[in-house]
Amino acid sequence: MLDETIREMLVEGTVATLYMTLVSTLFGYILGLPMGIVLAVTDKTGIRPNPVVYKILDFVVNLTRSIPFLILLILVMPVTKLIAGQSYGSTATIVPLTIAAAPFIGRMVESSLKEVDKGVIEAALSMGADTFTIIWKVLLAESRTSLLVGATIAVGTILGYSAMAGVVGGGGLGDIAIRYGYYRYETDIMLITIAILVCLVQFLQGIGMILAKKVDRRRA
Amino acid sequence: MESMIRAEHISKTFQDKNGQVNAVKDISFSIEKGDIYGIIGLSGAGKSTLVRCLNLLERPETGNIYIEGKNLMELSPGELRKERRDIGMIFQHFNLLMQRNVADNVCFPLEIAGVRKKDARKRALALLERVGLGEKAKAYPAQLSGGQKQRVAIARVLASQPKILLCDEATSALDPQTTRSILSLLKEINREYGITIVVITHEMAVVREICSHVAVLDHGCLVEEGAIDEVFEAPKTEAAKQLIFNAFQINSK
Repeated sequence: MLDETIREMLVEGTVATLYMTLVSTLFGYILGLPMGIVLAVTDKTGIRPNPVVYKILDFVVNLTRSIPFLILLILVMPVTKLIAGQSYGSTATIVPLTIAAAPFIGRMVESSLKEVDKGVIEAALSMGADTFTIIWKVLLAESRTSLLVGATIAVGTILGYSAMAGVVGGGGLGDIAIRYGYYRYETDIMLITIAILVCLVQFLQGIGMILAKKVDRRRA
Repeated sequence: MESMIRAEHISKTFQDKNGQVNAVKDISFSIEKGDIYGIIGLSGAGKSTLVRCLNLLERPETGNIYIEGKNLMELSPGELRKERRDIGMIFQHFNLLMQRNVADNVCFPLEIAGVRKKDARKRALALLERVGLGEKAKAYPAQLSGGQKQRVAIARVLASQPKILLCDEATSALDPQTTRSILSLLKEINREYGITIVVITHEMAVVREICSHVAVLDHGCLVEEGAIDEVFEAPKTEAAKQLIFNAFQINSK
């Protein structure tokens, strides 16, 4: 049904989408995980309340989160060009994806860490644990299931964003869907890309949930 | 000789939506080494706040806390963390790390203290044996009963070889039979290791079972204090009378 070149293009698109999604998630966590930790720790119910730090970070996160991704994509193009050398293609798309993902991930990490039982934190404090130990061995360790569920949601969202980047030549399956489906009215190719995207999301979601369940020791 | 714990004029207030609430009002008392000291009061009397002041989990606004003569209020954060290793605490809801198995829970305070992993493990297993949970070392807290969880918490607290053990409603979530077994374990610990124990409770029966001294707390004030027999036989204040009377009524039902 499909000729060789189309098939090749779809495979390349899938690889590019996965590449953008996974690398952006990784960078998103490198930035977002510390952000989430700082948010959880400096909030008024946290272990080191600091209203100034919390409010500034809270504002920055909200600000970034309130910009629609498509607008952000265009807005940060100069930055993208500066970092990636060009503003189109998969590698360049990683820049806006990371910028959009980090605050989103920060929020998810914050909410995961806040789920940790206050009593357990108090117990650690009563043992003389310092802030770093509590972050590492209590907050992150105890919320690992919730963190993995959050990561699964993050991957799905970033994959969706990466497809959106197709509008401005971002590469990957979204790019193909827009070029063939929207500009050339080749609906069949568009449908195939959508099917692949659905499969990818299902696959990543499945892996995430299996992992989350596997590391959870809270059930008897 | 220096008292094990000496609290001097400690006060703590909290803000709530209706304004200031005095949780603890100008409380002073001292606890001698080897005592099992009960602090009893109705809910809202300020017991939990008071016990949290003893290791500065709550920092009182005024007053001083001396542990063997050392004033906790004057310590730097680092010194305080070190001092806290000598003051163990167990809780109503056990507060175990749910993602760690039993042995690793007991190892946790030793990790904080920087004890070598192998030594920590050895001590943890010995302590689990001591509290009667030797076979449960690899189980996770979710697989244990309430009484077993509290035993793990007790083993965990003993790991850092504390001088003092604070018990915040430690038996309140347990049934009467389990309560008795935990109390007798606490009594043994007091005798074997010479650990001074502070017991916070609203149950008179708990105080009667193990305490050598008792303080009665009412609306944030310490209204009566003394050796257990004195207070029980001749309560001087209305609050003390009521607590003893209520306990008697419930028991006779």
